[in-house]
Amino acid sequence: MKLITAVVKPFKVDDVKEALNKIGVLAMTTREVKGVGRQGGHTETYRGAEYKIDFVPKVQIEIVTGEELVDSVVDTIRTAAATGKIGDGKIWVTTVDRLVRIRTGEEGNEAI
Amino acid sequence: MRKRLALKYVAGGLFGATVSALVVGSTAFAADADPVTTLGQATNLLWVVIGAMLVIFMQAGFALVETGFTQKKNAAHVMSTNFAIFGLGFVGFLFVGYPLAFGGFDTSIYFGDGGAALNAEPLIGSGNWAFLWQGWGHLGNGATPAVLAFFLYMVAFMDTVATIPTGSMAERWKWKSFVIWGLFCGAFYYPIFAAWTWGGGWLSKTWDTMSLGAGYVDFAGSGVVHAVGGVAALAGAIVLGPRIGKFGPDGKPRAIPGHNIPMAMLGCFILLFGWFGFNAASTFAATDIQFATVAANTAIAAAVGAVVGMYYITFKTGKPDPGMMVNGMLAGLVAITAPCAFVAPWAAAVIGLLAAILAIEAVFFFERRGIDDPVGAIAVHGCGGLFGVLSVGIFANGQYGAGWNGALDGAGNPIKVEGIIQGKFGQFGAQLLGAVVICTVIFGFAYAFFKIQNKFTKGGIRTPEDQEIQGVDIPEMGVLAYND
Repeated sequence: MKLITAVVKPFKVDDVKEALNKIGVLAMTTREVKGVGRQGGHTETYRGAEYKIDFVPKVQIEIVTGEELVDSVVDTIRTAAATGKIGDGKIWVTTVDRLVRIRTGEEGNEAI
Repeated sequence: MRKRLALKYVAGGLFGATVSALVVGSTAFAADADPVTTLGQATNLLWVVIGAMLVIFMQAGFALVETGFTQKKNAAHVMSTNFAIFGLGFVGFLFVGYPLAFGGFDTSIYFGDGGAALNAEPLIGSGNWAFLWQGWGHLGNGATPAVLAFFLYMVAFMDTVATIPTGSMAERWKWKSFVIWGLFCGAFYYPIFAAWTWGGGWLSKTWDTMSLGAGYVDFAGSGVVHAVGGVAALAGAIVLGPRIGKFGPDGKPRAIPGHNIPMAMLGCFILLFGWFGFNAASTFAATDIQFATVAANTAIAAAVGAVVGMYYITFKTGKPDPGMMVNGMLAGLVAITAPCAFVAPWAAAVIGLLAAILAIEAVFFFERRGIDDPVGAIAVHGCGGLFGVLSVGIFANGQYGAGWNGALDGAGNPIKVEGIIQGKFGQFGAQLLGAVVICTVIFGFAYAFFKIQNKFTKGGIRTPEDQEIQGVDIPEMGVLAYND
């Protein structure tokens, strides 16, 4: 089982969700986060004084899925979330040691 | 003798208008009065009460502007200072300040026959202030609707002064120290200059003592309210010192963005709305239709101030910073407050324009000197207010208000309120004197208060550093503004 984590632009979340639904992935978790990439933020002024905006609002999506689906999920997310502009985000894949469905107690692949 | 009688009845510009416009006698109107006159008096009373309501509603405006411009972690604290100031100033004014500023008047004017006639001097400066209880007529059975309407209107203005420093001193002012300020402002700080001007004191008499125009003229309080509040805001900000992190190691000011710009802008609109009560109801009479001119001039200055503020900050920084647009509108409103009844609409536009630029530059001016004012209270109310005071002496066109402060010339004719555009310089002199007094005596009074309070308060009047960093909501108020 793998955990796929994606940090995407907030207005892209609905596109990603619909694209994932189309390939049969319905379950996911989102949270609002802030992020900064290699550009290192930019400068604005407030009442005439400059300040740096380093962290930009993003949304983090987490999906647990079986190994066989990982590649198609990653590709789906990437296609749906990309705008071609700076700040599109990143996706990473990690391993899940154990998975449990709370309602029934099912474990492993049956809990996906 | 005639001069003195005129003074007695007209003690203070606003006050004089009040006396002539409001009801004399007990709660029922005199039975043999002309019904049209009676209706006029009742309408005028209604107008003053409505004005008071509008000005009191401005407390909400100040609260929202200040809370919107400050940080989320301090929102409960900032909002609470603006909430509590209403009651604190009110109590101070009710028992001490109002008697000091206005209580020494010949109350037989109000109470008809049977009221105690006092000196026709405000208690401050008359030598009579030791007899404070003589100023408590507004609290007892003899308090007529007219007296109470006047008190209510004046308390609303006092509370405006009291709430101005809560802006410049936000986010690092100890609650208990702030509470003392509220009581002090209502009881002593506001009444001094109010007594000297609106209360018929020496500044209102400079037409006579120094041949300066019609004496100090301030229709609704650019000086008496806004500049007086603004210099206290400056004094407090100096004594408190800047917020942690406001200035970098190189002394360069750092932005600490407000947490809710929509809240601040809504507050600005509420202030605009309330300002129609602040200025227009200062005719004290709906039968004095100059109130319409005043209302229009107020709106003109506000609109031009907002637009010029927008253009000016865009010119300076590339974007129309919402905070500066708000300050631009408010600066226009503050500056028109003194001259609104005495100037033509074109002048109201010019005043709004100049006030907006002045206030924005003043923000930078004070920041460059290491004074941290989170909302621009010093720039808007202090500098805008002083400019408004001087504007009377520049732009007054002489068409309204002749005989203000009871001013009569050698031949006994009422002196007009005329500024430099009419070729008269005396009025400017009277206004300048008032402005100088505000910047020196009144500022000094506020500065002394904060300095002394700071010295005698354990740990000073500023919140401890760790509390300021975490946010003063929990340590000082016990609750978070936003609990999510």
